[in-house]
Amino acid sequence: MSMAKEFSKGIIKDQPVLRLLLGLCPALGVTGTATNGFGMGMAATFVLLCASIVISLLRSVIPKSVRVPCFIVIIATFVTIVDMTMNAFLPELHDALGIFIPLIVVNCLILGRAEAFFSRNPLHTSIADALGMGAGFALALTILGAIREILGAGTIFGVVITPEAFEPFGVFATPPGAFIGLGFMLAGMNYISKKLKLD
Amino acid sequence: MELLAILFGAIFINNFVLTRFLGICPFLGVSKKVETSVGMSAAVTFVMVMAAIITWLIQEYILFPLDLGYLRTVAFILVISSLVQFVETVMRKVAPTLYEGLGIFLPLITTNCAILGMAILNIDEGYNILESIVHSIGAAVGFAIALIILAGIRERLELEDTHKLYHGAAVAMIVAGIVSVAFQGFQGMI
Repeated sequence: MSMAKEFSKGIIKDQPVLRLLLGLCPALGVTGTATNGFGMGMAATFVLLCASIVISLLRSVIPKSVRVPCFIVIIATFVTIVDMTMNAFLPELHDALGIFIPLIVVNCLILGRAEAFFSRNPLHTSIADALGMGAGFALALTILGAIREILGAGTIFGVVITPEAFEPFGVFATPPGAFIGLGFMLAGMNYISKKLKLD
Repeated sequence: MELLAILFGAIFINNFVLTRFLGICPFLGVSKKVETSVGMSAAVTFVMVMAAIITWLIQEYILFPLDLGYLRTVAFILVISSLVQFVETVMRKVAPTLYEGLGIFLPLITTNCAILGMAILNIDEGYNILESIVHSIGAAVGFAIALIILAGIRERLELEDTHKLYHGAAVAMIVAGIVSVAFQGFQGMI
């Protein structure tokens, strides 16, 4: 399969959040605003990219029986790097994402790709897959964040876009709004999949 | 009194699944039947309390004195995954019936972010060992309540005529949202 195909499958066909239902905890937890959703997407993409490089290079060295602990340690290393870097340079975003940054370690998206793809494919296709999955994850989180931010606060990326007469639906800024918003996005994705005949 | 506040806070006000969004994957994955969700809850409770004790001891006696705070994530996840492995092995020998009941759920717990999340929250909140244990029990009970409520609703939903586009995960999310609204009602309790 070509590199472009590996990359693009992460965005629609194997969309990690909306079709594979992976990484739902951060998808619900940090999408109060579009900025936070995008920041989380970028953090996860960085970890995916680094993990894909290291794991696919080491794939013949790691013994099969202890591969999952090995993957977890590799992933945890990069998560710690992201955690500390973000704390130093983007302290506001770091505070907003809070506990979900260390929890990237147990994000089933990353461990799932490590197990299913990086440990079985050469470096270049693994990188393409990691970037595609990361882009798809970031896209889903940014869209959900944007929907919740527009409906819940009337802003997008912190910029006011709705007319003054618009009364924000406070519920979309709270936890129930995350579940309901994602529920409608999943239904929307089902509609798109059906139109594109993906199944 | 303080301990009661932590316990009920973790069960109702900051419910791990419905308010903190931790442990969503098993929440969706095993909440199709009440029976399996009870099994999952039991396994999570067990590992949760053990993990709370061990991670607290590691933080207090190894990471903190040696100034290795930045290794927290790596250390905790290793502890949790070996703990799950250990529990699985011991249980198979000592309590085979319990093992058969919980068996399939145990490996899934390593990647349950509720466990690692609980361990990190204990440290961030500065809980002592007793408070950490109470917090972990509250977290586990809260997880169990959310899981069993959703399983009960989903068993009924299977028989309902939901729109094709909303079938499965989409309608489960919306239902979870409505249950979460109910839990918002507990906000003013403490």
